[in-house]
Parts: sequence; C-alpha cells; structure tokens
Amino acid sequence: MSTLEMSGMAVRRPLDVQAPQIDVFKRQDRLFHRLTLLFAVLVLAALAGILISLTIEALPTFRAFGAAFLWSDVWSVPDDRFGALISIYGTISTSLIALLIGVPVSFGIALFLTESCPVWLRRPLGTAIELLAGIPSIIYGIWGLFIFAPLFASHVQPWLQSLFGDLPLIGGLVAGPPIGVSILAAGIVLALMVIPFIASVMRDVFETVPPVLKESAYGVGCTTWEVVWNIVLPYTRVGVIGGIMLGLGRALGETMAVTFVIGNANRIATSLFSPGNSIASVLANEFGEADPGLHTSSLFALGLVLFVITFLVLGLSRWLVQRANARQGN
Amino acid sequence: MITCKRSFLKLSRLAAAIAMGCAGVAAQAADITGAGATFPYAVYSKWAEAYKAASGNTVNYQGIGSSGGIKQIKAKTVDFGATDAPLAESDLASAGLVQVPAVMGGVTIVANVPGIASGQLKLDGATAADIFRGAIRKWNDPAIARLNSGAKLPDTAITIVHRSDGSGTTDVMTNYLARQSAAFKSEVGVGKSVNWPANGIGGKGNAGVAANVQKIVGTIGYVDFADARKNGLKFIALSNKSGNFVVPSGDSFKAAAAGANFSVKGMAPDLIDQTNKDAWPIVTATYILAYEKGDNPDGQQGVVDFFTWALNNGQSLADGLDFVALPSSVVKAVEVEMRRIK
Repeated sequence: MSTLEMSGMAVRRPLDVQAPQIDVFKRQDRLFHRLTLLFAVLVLAALAGILISLTIEALPTFRAFGAAFLWSDVWSVPDDRFGALISIYGTISTSLIALLIGVPVSFGIALFLTESCPVWLRRPLGTAIELLAGIPSIIYGIWGLFIFAPLFASHVQPWLQSLFGDLPLIGGLVAGPPIGVSILAAGIVLALMVIPFIASVMRDVFETVPPVLKESAYGVGCTTWEVVWNIVLPYTRVGVIGGIMLGLGRALGETMAVTFVIGNANRIATSLFSPGNSIASVLANEFGEADPGLHTSSLFALGLVLFVITFLVLGLSRWLVQRANARQGN
Repeated sequence: MITCKRSFLKLSRLAAAIAMGCAGVAAQAADITGAGATFPYAVYSKWAEAYKAASGNTVNYQGIGSSGGIKQIKAKTVDFGATDAPLAESDLASAGLVQVPAVMGGVTIVANVPGIASGQLKLDGATAADIFRGAIRKWNDPAIARLNSGAKLPDTAITIVHRSDGSGTTDVMTNYLARQSAAFKSEVGVGKSVNWPANGIGGKGNAGVAANVQKIVGTIGYVDFADARKNGLKFIALSNKSGNFVVPSGDSFKAAAAGANFSVKGMAPDLIDQTNKDAWPIVTATYILAYEKGDNPDGQQGVVDFFTWALNNGQSLADGLDFVALPSSVVKAVEVEMRRIK
C-alpha cells in the first residue's frame, strides 16, 4: 500500500506533496472508526443475542402458564408447575435489605474519608475499601455460611427475638427458629458486598466538589453536617444515585454468596428469619440438574425476569439522574 | 521491568509446557472422558488415578450431576455417562445405551441435636418419614421419645436440610421414605427434586447439606457416607426391614448389598430395605452409561477396559472410601454386559 502511494508521489505537483500522506491518515481514521464501531456493535449483538435466546427458551413456560408465571407462588418440580413470585420476592427483599444497611454505612464511610479523615489514614483506608470490592463472592458465601450464620443464629437472632418478638407486626418479622441462614442473613452479607462499591463511588464524587464552595460554607459558620447536607450532597446527587444503583445492580444479580446463606427454600418468607431463595440462587441450584422441558424453560424464564428487573433498575437510575440534572438546571 | 520480563518468560514457558502436555494427551488414543453423578466422584477419580499408574491411560471424570451425565452421554460429548438414578429399560433401548452398575454406597441420615452422640438417636422408617414431611417439628416429640427412652431430647425445633439441586441422593432418600409412609409420598413426593415442607432449608450438593447440618443446631439431613464422615456428622440409627436398629457403616452397606439381585434388565435392582438383619436400609448402586454402538471405537474400548480393570482391581480403593465394591459374581455379569459396548 505505502509503496504504491510513494510511486504516485513522483508525478504529483509540489503543492500536493503532503496529499498522499493525508490520504493514508484518512484511511487509517476510517479503519479505526470501523474497528471501534465493530466492537461497539459486538456488545449490542451479544445483548440482543442473550435477550433473544432467553426469550426463545422461556417461551414454553409462558405458553404453559401465561403471564401468571410472574405472580404464581408455586415452584414444584415434581408437579411441573412453576411460578416466579417466590424468587422475585427473595431477590428484591434481600437487595432492599442490602441497600437499607449499605447506603447509610457507605455514606458514612465516604463522608469520613473526604471530610474528616486525617490525611495519613485516607489512602490506606481507601485502598482497604477497594480491596473489599475485589474479594470473590464465593468467599463471602463461605464466610457467611461457616462463620457469620452460626454467630448470627446464636447471638443476634435470639437477641432480636427477645427485643421485638412480642410486638405486633414487627414480631412477625423475627418469628421462627433462629437457624442463621435466612433472607436477613443474605441481605446483611449482600450489604457487606455492596458497601465497597457504593462507598468508593460516593467518595470519588464527594471529592469533585470544588473546595471554594465548601470553604465558603464553612466561612459563614456551617457545621460539617450542614456543609455535607446543603453543599456536597446537592452538588453530587447524580453520582450518589449512580453509586447506589451500581450497588443495587450487584445485589440483584449476586449468586454464590446468596446461595450459601439464603437457605434455598421454595416459599415466600413472611419472617426475615425464614429461609427463601432468589432468582440467581434458584438458577445456580437447579440449572445443572434440570430436566428438559418446563423445568429448564422456567429457569430460562426466571433469567429473563432478572434481566428485565436489572434493566428496569438501570432505566430508573437514568431517569432519576435526568430528573436531578433537570432540577439543577432550573 | 526486569521482574516483569522474567515473569513473562516464566509464563511463556508455562504456556509451552501446557501446550506440550495437551499434545501428549491427544496423542494417546485410549484416553477417555466421563461425566455425571457426584456421588461416586471420589471413587471414580481414585480409580482413574490408579488406572493411570497401572496402564498409562487417562480417565477424565467430571462430577456434574446425574442429569448432566445423562444429557452429556446423549449429546455424545463424553465416552461414558454416570447416574445414580438408573435409566428405565425402555429409555436404554430407545437411546441404544448400555447400563451397568459400578459401585454401591449408602445414604445416611445425620442430625445435629445438642447432647446426642453419633448413633445414639434411634428412628424407625415411619418416624423418619414424619420428620422429613414436617409432621414432627420438635426433637422432644413423643414419637421420637418413644423410640429413645433414656435419651435427653431437647425442646428444639427440627430443621430439615435437603438438597437444593436436583440429586440422585434425594431420589434414593425419597424412595426410601415414601415406602415407609403414604403421607410422605403424597405430600413430598419422590424424585430428584421434591416439595420439601416449610421447616426445610436447602444445601447445594452433599457438601452443602453436610455444612448446614454441621453448623445449624436442630437440623436433620441426608448425605452420602463419605461426606458425613469427612464432616464428623452424627449418624442416626435406623430400624431396618428385620426390625434391628442399624448404624451406617461399610459393613451394614455390605450386608445390604449381599442380598442384591443384579440379574434384572438394565442391571438396576431395588436395593432399598433389604431383609438381611444387619442391612442398612438406604443403599444404592451408581451406574455408568455407554453407547452400544459408539462413533469412537477407541473411546468405547477405553471405557470397557477402564471399568473392567476398576471392578477387578479397585475394590480396596472403593472400600477405603466407604463405598461397597460389587461382589465378584456381579462383576462377572457386568463384564458380560459390557461386551455389548462396541
């Protein structure tokens, strides 16, 4: 190619001396553009492929049970009857518990790191949190089953029951034998897993607040809390929401850790101490040994449901961010 | 930078070694692959190791579960499949598969009850079935106390630990319990996945069940003998068909296996509730599947060679893992049956 260009150069007028080189650049640019476009399209193709294959595999289930699959609370392999409600409930309740615990703690961590942490501690603490994010989920699962659940069963659950057991409504949330593995245990382990994600995003966005804004606030006599609540949070709202959604996304899809501590029981737990299951844990447990037919198809349908839930969460976060942006613009 | 270069060199050397290793494996025609049940995984891998030392041929066995094993052999991605729940004669005929037993083992009931030692707690079949269908919910229930006069039974809730994945072990266990109680059969059902009652939790694999029983007070569960022993779980003594209370052990499994009649079609006799007075009531054989007429003659012959070797030379290895080797008369019958694998 380049030798061709070189030989062409000889017959051109002196003014055009640079032209062949520019042609090469143009071609390179076009090639580069196409290559990167190809990569981007690959992602879309994979996404569409997954969605299409999930849908095709899930079709027999939706044909057999209709939309009632989504709100039926029966999951019985011997009777070949399947419904998604138990696992949807488990997925959402464990994720909500994780956020309920994880968001305030992460907020506290990020706040401490950016506002009141001594400078020498800032880096080691930040690194430690990032390391926590790198621990494989199976480790959280094994730790949850072997260390956390027994401690939880022998110390925390009896205490909670003696504290709340006799109250109406709340008493029902802590009913049942204290066996450790439960919806609540899964939520707590998930909280530990999402904290590093949410905390590091929050810390990063808190650091983007221009010092001049904070200093002015301090200058007019604001306390640290007032600065955070009135200056830092409004300034970083978008990033904070993004961080929480990132954590929620991880909690919804988390498989191994949840499978270890949720108890894997096919029923809707009214008590937080009852075992249950989540979409991801059902898939992990049953896929390998599922018989072809409705069972396998229903597992694919569950996968599709999880896909849709994750998509909705992503959509919701985009919408929240947009709304926050719009309001800030006003 | 230097260390970087060095580790890169090491990596590339490693890669070369792996590539050569792979080439070496590919060159040997009699190497075979199998997949299926996790229950006999320990035996098959021990056998494979010893067989490699004896013959130089490699056997790769992947414990992916019985259903997985059946799927893989039907998809012809492996030379042999392995399953705990035997295929029906009609399935074998329509798929053109040969099924032979490889080894036998016991499924044990284990419990974590404070103050109760291993083998101390006695249950009969009907009471065990009532516990596993959720009708008996406390350890000091009169039905349990009646069988255990003198034992100090705590007022603890019973939590059932079952398999959360579909499992041949569950299939054997529910088959046994369903025979003890019609109520169990109609409420819980029989099979690889069943409808366990509300006081149950699931563990993934035998190891998962064992871990849950070990860690949670008040639990009762079922696991294979090897996993129960590895985790130091406490056994329950069950009354067998002759009315004797038996504790799971290699000997009580052998006593059950002694009465088995393997001359039925598909070589899958019923091993549950054997009448021998020392027999442990929940014993099962685990099976291998291979094609009668395979596409890969070397692989077919490799399967026959491996199992012929293992059944004749691997008894003590199986014993060491608390499995029960097939009696020599059965081994002869298996050898005859395996001649169909071509």
